[in-house]
Amino acid sequence: MCLAVPGRVLDIGEKDGTRMATVDFGGVQKEVCLEYLPDLQVGEYAIVHVGFALQRLDEESAKQTLELFAQLGMLQEEFGDPWEQAAAAGGDPWPFAHDPDLEPGPAPALAAPQEEVQP
Amino acid sequence: MKYIEEFQDPALARRLLDDIHATVTRPWALMEVCGGQTHTIIRHGIDQLLPEQVELIHGPGCPVCVTPLEVIDKALEIASRPDVIFCSFGDMLRVPGTGRDLFQVRSEGGDVRVVYSPLDALRIAQENPKHQVVFFGIGFETTAPPNAMTVHQAKKLDIPNFSLLVSHVRVPPAIEAIMQSPSCRVQGFLAAGHVCSVMGVREYPELAARHRVPIVVTGFEPLDILEGVRRAVRQLERGEHTVDNAYARAVRPEGNPAALAMLEDVFEVTDRAWRGIGVIPDSGWRLSERYRDFDAEHRFSVTGINTREPAECRSGEVLQGLLKPHECEAFGTLCTPRSPLGATMVSSEGACAAYYLYRRLELGTVPAAKTAATAPTAASAPLEASPVV
Ligand code: SF4
Repeated sequence: MCLAVPGRVLDIGEKDGTRMATVDFGGVQKEVCLEYLPDLQVGEYAIVHVGFALQRLDEESAKQTLELFAQLGMLQEEFGDPWEQAAAAGGDPWPFAHDPDLEPGPAPALAAPQEEVQP
Repeated sequence: MKYIEEFQDPALARRLLDDIHATVTRPWALMEVCGGQTHTIIRHGIDQLLPEQVELIHGPGCPVCVTPLEVIDKALEIASRPDVIFCSFGDMLRVPGTGRDLFQVRSEGGDVRVVYSPLDALRIAQENPKHQVVFFGIGFETTAPPNAMTVHQAKKLDIPNFSLLVSHVRVPPAIEAIMQSPSCRVQGFLAAGHVCSVMGVREYPELAARHRVPIVVTGFEPLDILEGVRRAVRQLERGEHTVDNAYARAVRPEGNPAALAMLEDVFEVTDRAWRGIGVIPDSGWRLSERYRDFDAEHRFSVTGINTREPAECRSGEVLQGLLKPHECEAFGTLCTPRSPLGATMVSSEGACAAYYLYRRLELGTVPAAKTAATAPTAASAPLEASPVV
């Protein structure tokens, strides 16, 4: 979570009176708040942490870092499905398994059904 | 020297290492404050590449690890309520509270959602006006400004069903506490780069001078760590103790003024308990009076919390650099990422998790028969052994 990832600003707009941007992180795109770097422009790179651009970064070091993070699987850690990762780390199946003693039935209703479900 | 070819620029890594080897004449103990740096160090075997005299001590800089058990239990209790949508970063899902974690709360029917940004939680609140939406606000100075902005937005847009469960921590008081401990061996600090991206370095010169320790602002990549160590060792050998910025590409001395102004507006400094360590004066933030309405602790009266820390867990000592993870009796046996006793074993930045992922085989804490199937490599750990992220 403390990992901050460099990204490139693709476009800038406004939402609820707040300066927001679409930022590309080596292929993954996210909405990012620019309020803390108000003069960041399209095409520039910044260090982004939990959806906020925190400091400008030059293109070369941004690209190097992104490449390294990709190699080490850290982009997957940052942007992959956290429930799947938590399930895997805990050795639990995902989605939540039924109690084998109970009747087979539908999986418990999940709060966010849009999340990817793995067999 | 087995890992050096994996460095992004092996030739530069070699030069930095050669310089450190040539400079060092005496034993020195350096603490890397940030858990992200600990993972880089262990993952790349940097501690093993350094001269024997240079010891790296792992610091308390993992926000997930230091969040007090009581706060985790409060989160679990709030998340279990039927009218609540509880939003958190993914790191917190498997951090053990007393007896269970957020992952289990969800499997029991709680509406727990993982968000990438605190602003996502605010959007969920806008879309679900009949629910109370609570965001779990943990983290150091890097995460506090985004959370501050989110509360500021909630107030500005008048979103009454949003609140923040706040457990923010600050690095400089932790450094102070470590230096004041009678068993402290730390002679120099590698300060957490991204914390300084926000805060700048203004809090450090006084600390460095008073405790006579060099403080080198350091990034997260393998070469950054080597450069941080090189500069710290140079200072120590010369008898210097100043603040040095080895991460200038991301850290300006003044930090980020807009973020600092927002922090000042939304939060106020408070004493904070650190899991396994205890209360450190002035080491945290809570919402300031003007924003108290958005404080989940005020909105939900959580009572009857009865925290129980597992007696075997020595993460407090690990977090203070007094004990290496594998020196804990439970390491790799009673305590693994699958059944963690302490948060330092689950967090993606936790020291115990780093040792489990990258060192356990060398340390011989795993039965030989199991090693072939589960051996993680430095570059790609198998998912089944990955800590929560
Ligand atoms: S190995 Fe487990 S039990 Fe031991 S200190 Fe680390 S988290 Fe606690």
